[in-house]
Amino acid sequence: MTQLILFNVFNGLIIGAFYALMALGLSLILNLSGVINFAHGGFLALGGYLALVLMPYTGFWGALVLAPLLTAAVGLVVERTLVRPLYGRDPLYSLLLTFGLAFILEDGTRFIWGPGTLPFSIPGWMTTPLSGKFFFLTGFRLFMVLLVTVAVIGLFLILNRTRLGMRIRAGTLDLETVSALGVNVRVLRNLNFGIGIYLAGLAGALAAGMLGLQPTIGSELIMPSFVAIIIGGLGSLTGTLLGGLLIGVASGVTAVFFPSASEAVIYVLMAIVLLVRPRGLLGEEGRF
Amino acid sequence: MARGSKLVAAAFLWLALITMPDWLNLIGSYPQLGTRIVILALAAMSLNFLLGFTGTLSFGHAAYFGLGAYGVGLTLKYLVPNTLIGMAVGVGAGLVAAAIIGALIVRLRGIYFAMVTIAFGQVFYFIAYRWNNVTGGDDGLSGWNRLPIHLGIATIDILGNERAMYYTALALFALAAALMALLLRSPFGRTLLAIRENERRARFLGIPVDRHIWMAWVISCTFAAVAGALYALLNNFADPHDLRWDQSGDFVIMAVLGGMRSFWGPLIGAAIFVALQDYLSTQTENWMSFIGVFFILVVLFFPRGVLGVIRRRSPT
Repeated sequence: MTQLILFNVFNGLIIGAFYALMALGLSLILNLSGVINFAHGGFLALGGYLALVLMPYTGFWGALVLAPLLTAAVGLVVERTLVRPLYGRDPLYSLLLTFGLAFILEDGTRFIWGPGTLPFSIPGWMTTPLSGKFFFLTGFRLFMVLLVTVAVIGLFLILNRTRLGMRIRAGTLDLETVSALGVNVRVLRNLNFGIGIYLAGLAGALAAGMLGLQPTIGSELIMPSFVAIIIGGLGSLTGTLLGGLLIGVASGVTAVFFPSASEAVIYVLMAIVLLVRPRGLLGEEGRF
Repeated sequence: MARGSKLVAAAFLWLALITMPDWLNLIGSYPQLGTRIVILALAAMSLNFLLGFTGTLSFGHAAYFGLGAYGVGLTLKYLVPNTLIGMAVGVGAGLVAAAIIGALIVRLRGIYFAMVTIAFGQVFYFIAYRWNNVTGGDDGLSGWNRLPIHLGIATIDILGNERAMYYTALALFALAAALMALLLRSPFGRTLLAIRENERRARFLGIPVDRHIWMAWVISCTFAAVAGALYALLNNFADPHDLRWDQSGDFVIMAVLGGMRSFWGPLIGAAIFVALQDYLSTQTENWMSFIGVFFILVVLFFPRGVLGVIRRRSPT
């Protein structure tokens, strides 16, 4: 029993790391540009499929590096052409636009790669369990946790140590002032969108290795990321990270006792948070 | 618009709605499409009660629509073979869920509100999806039929007669539309408009803003549940996708496409959207992509909607 719970907690952490990775990208875009990117799941799927396509040419590691970058490039183009005209308008419109984009991405991946689940081969040594007792500890899972950790640390370093990151954080607080100080806000928003989509692409490549690839993978993973953001608190990236891990573990533990409620439990968690603390765990007072 | 031309437009609209089964046949379509338009228009109009008239961005109306659908389906399948009771259960379920969830989210605004409504919308989807032995899971709830409605003096045979189903839906649509129009003209409705225009000012005037938004939310979701119940009756089937976020998005695009700031806009939007979806799904397997492109085109080039554009062109 202990082992089962441990397994599910660990599994939950991995899933939670996924949610967090995706939610961090969503959160970045939301905080700076006020756009709820519904197509984030679509970009995740795109990242996964691009990794699949690249693998024969570049190998696993090359695909892992290139696929998120290519996804981010698509994201930059999408932001420049479609999302940019909608800044400053009712958030309804950007929501609807990314919604349509999500449809296109899901249907597009289905059209190109078919509706079935495609296997995604990862290096063999990664799939064998590291220890007989803890059968669930495969190299790939550990690697994933490691990679997500590195990505998150990298993101926070960028945000806290680089000029771009500081501008993003400043813009989140007061975009107008940042603009008045001579920063090109258009470029800033564009790059910020790109970073967000990069994280989605990375999550996609990783998700492909763990869950296999199917066109609906994005729409399955996007709702929990929304919940992660709400639980963590809008405007706080640390909160988003925390929210992601929390709901991952919560649904993992629930899966032990009451498997059919493992999806619903995160919404219960969200309801409790909203009831007790409407701004989310680490959200700022009065920001939304 | 002048009062006279408004009356003409209204007369024309109702004439078109009442004769819809006939002219749909004439243009080579089928009457069921008309019923679907009227039902989805009701859902879109009830959403617009919030979206266009209270200024509250809900992106999760499919949940209440779907609750109406599953309510009527489950009741007819497991409890009582009575269409009216089934509808009452479905609408009641939508109302209760809206009242509870509304109380949780009423303090939130803007995109935060939108996100939370999206997220909450998914709860019921997962319940319907996972509770296999009761709801049929992913396959949907089938194995039941709508039944003729007995009203004491008369029986409306909505099962055997497609037209009876259409006119029942139309009657409920008309009733709901009249109620919403009355509400919007009442002091309550004017208060909602005031909140939409300037919430802070409304608050300073002593209006309990949160309570008004909560009431508008519950009213709107309840009418969405009515539409959902009718939709399940029409299809003799409740689909878990009725509860999903893509359905919510469809309602929003209907409202935007027709014109959010006008009362009848969502009806026009629903007619265009349903006809387009129906046509595309017979033409191509990739209709989802086309719908997606359509969303993007509407947002970028047609954000005011049909009636918004007409109203702007005609001098007031």
